[in-house]
Amino acid sequence: MMLHIENLHARIGDNEILRGVNLDVAAGEVHAIMGPNGSGKSTLANVLAGHEAYDTEGIVLFEGEDLFALSPEDRAASGVFLAFQHPVEIPGVGNLYFLRTALNSLRRRRGLDELDVMQFLALAEDRMKSVEMDRSFMNRSVNEGFSGGEKKRNEILQMSILEPKLALLDETDSGLDIDALRIVASGVNALRRPDRAMVVITHHQRLLDYIVPDRVHVMAGGRIVRSGGKDLALELEEYGYSELGHAGMVDSSVPVGATP
Amino acid sequence: MTPVTFTNPAPATSAAAQLLAVLGLPPSGSDPPWLAQARYESLEWVMAHGLPTRKDEDWKYTRLDALLDVPFERAEAGVSNQVAPATLEALTVNPSSTRAVFVNGYFVPDLSSLSDLKGDVTVTSLAAALARGATGLESVFSRAFDQYDHAFTALNTAFTEDGAYIQIAADTVVDEPIELVFLSDAQGTPLLSSPHSVILAGPRSRVSVIETHAAIADGATWTNAVVHVVLDEGARVDHFKIQDEPDTGFHLALLDVYQGPGSQFSSSSMMLGSKIVRNEVHVHLEGEGSRVSIDGLYLPRGDQHHDNVVLIEHVAPRCVSHQLYKGIVDGHGHGVFNGRIIVWPGADGADANQTNKNLLLSEYAEIDTRPRLEIFTDDVKCTHGAAVGALDEEALFYLRSRGVPREAARALLTHAFAREILERVESESLRTHVEALLGERLSADGFTKDGTLQ
Repeated sequence: MMLHIENLHARIGDNEILRGVNLDVAAGEVHAIMGPNGSGKSTLANVLAGHEAYDTEGIVLFEGEDLFALSPEDRAASGVFLAFQHPVEIPGVGNLYFLRTALNSLRRRRGLDELDVMQFLALAEDRMKSVEMDRSFMNRSVNEGFSGGEKKRNEILQMSILEPKLALLDETDSGLDIDALRIVASGVNALRRPDRAMVVITHHQRLLDYIVPDRVHVMAGGRIVRSGGKDLALELEEYGYSELGHAGMVDSSVPVGATP
Repeated sequence: MTPVTFTNPAPATSAAAQLLAVLGLPPSGSDPPWLAQARYESLEWVMAHGLPTRKDEDWKYTRLDALLDVPFERAEAGVSNQVAPATLEALTVNPSSTRAVFVNGYFVPDLSSLSDLKGDVTVTSLAAALARGATGLESVFSRAFDQYDHAFTALNTAFTEDGAYIQIAADTVVDEPIELVFLSDAQGTPLLSSPHSVILAGPRSRVSVIETHAAIADGATWTNAVVHVVLDEGARVDHFKIQDEPDTGFHLALLDVYQGPGSQFSSSSMMLGSKIVRNEVHVHLEGEGSRVSIDGLYLPRGDQHHDNVVLIEHVAPRCVSHQLYKGIVDGHGHGVFNGRIIVWPGADGADANQTNKNLLLSEYAEIDTRPRLEIFTDDVKCTHGAAVGALDEEALFYLRSRGVPREAARALLTHAFAREILERVESESLRTHVEALLGERLSADGFTKDGTLQ
């Protein structure tokens, strides 16, 4: 199993946000996590990437290794990638410089040769095509003054350059119009591979028309309360999250989140 | 010269009396009469006003006890002129540039390189200029004597014997920057250096000057420097100051600038060294339509204290002034920004702005910032602002989540913070030089270079 999460709890101060999450994701799979605002979806993504604001308990294994023993940069080196819901603007740090620094940090930790500027530019130009970004993006400061759509495309570009094993996409569709959504989704789909897993967090079923998941999970109150195939998303579209409170919706015979 | 007597000093001036007693009487000898008189008056000024204390509004954040505890002696010429060529090379931006080198405030011809100058450009020592009665010196000095803001500029007048003298004739453009390198060498005895430099830019002339302060060896040194710049109509002077003396020393300095009509002046400073720095800039916008830009980057760490004082006086109409000061404070470092803009009556159409931003890298680091505007006319456009913050935790997490190690991510963000100042430096060779100094400093602060910083 690429990612194994068992009874994961996370809190900030007295506020417990994750209350026992269980989830297994195998290589090659795309899992969607849906749920209302405040259900803990983004917290789950941030905790997996190593955000230090949270106190955590439980077990998270990435390729059999304890993820909590690793710093955010070590997790990135192991192959974890988070596409941020709100990508951070970093004035004064050029996008090209940032991406090359990141890629070379990862390559060094993986025992690979670093890329020089020309090699990196060739790689970046190739990858920029898939998200329809032009060269000028590379000369701008990281995300500074980017539109919402440009920021999300920049996240997908980073993912395609850094080539993670496990990609966590946190609300990558939020704030996108239908054209931008299509660009982002095709960028993501191009990265689907048998040895790569993705966890797609979304509020809307819409994204899943473009990125078709293998499994769909529903989060509520800091737990995964329902898991199913891609049809579950359609069901949610029809009935809404309000039905989740209904006991009949939860199949308690199967540990929720686990792959049957 | 009339001797100065130190009888029954008032308590406020007793520190000054003690200091003067240790430093002794000013040099005399070959002074022109006006200078001898000026020295005498400056000492009287010091005795009357005493040394500044923290009760003085402009000295609120700077304690001088550490300086006054050291028994400084006045440096003399010719004590130490042994400087390895490689040391000098590392301190200069461009090895082939016109360069005047000073040790403990005294010009050292053997270390300098002034050969390629044309007739309309004069670069020499203040002592030589005084000896041959160079024009403009008396008026420059006499203006300064009228308006000591505190005892240290007066002490510079009292004790200075040398410094740089640069004069650019009308309509002359000097292509390559002129470098002034001030080296201190304590040689086991705490020494006071008092260089006094003068830059006179004739009408429509253009020149760049790089002023570097460093030490040959560690030790207790006190640099008390004054630089006067006078820009005639339409002249342009660009000035950059690098202060990197050892943190066992003290550096007090005044850059005093007088601008004629339509002149343009810029100065950027980078404060890296010394235990206590007080770097003061005073600009007099006296000619209509003159423009000035004053930038500063200060990086106190350990127990260093860097106090930046800027006073820009809009006297003539339609002048423009910009200030951008940025502090990066680490360890128990203490940074101060004390910026003042005065728009005098009649200075209509003044356009002035002042920005101070500070980055605190440790929980013990301290910043005091006081941006101030005093406006005595209606027709002005003035803005000012100050900000103090830590490194953006979300930006750090973002970089780390992409694989950039924590220390490299901190260095990257710290560089980015400083870059705004360095980007404004026009000369590419100078920018490369100061970028390298900054990189060295930030990696020495515990940031891992890690091959990720260029």
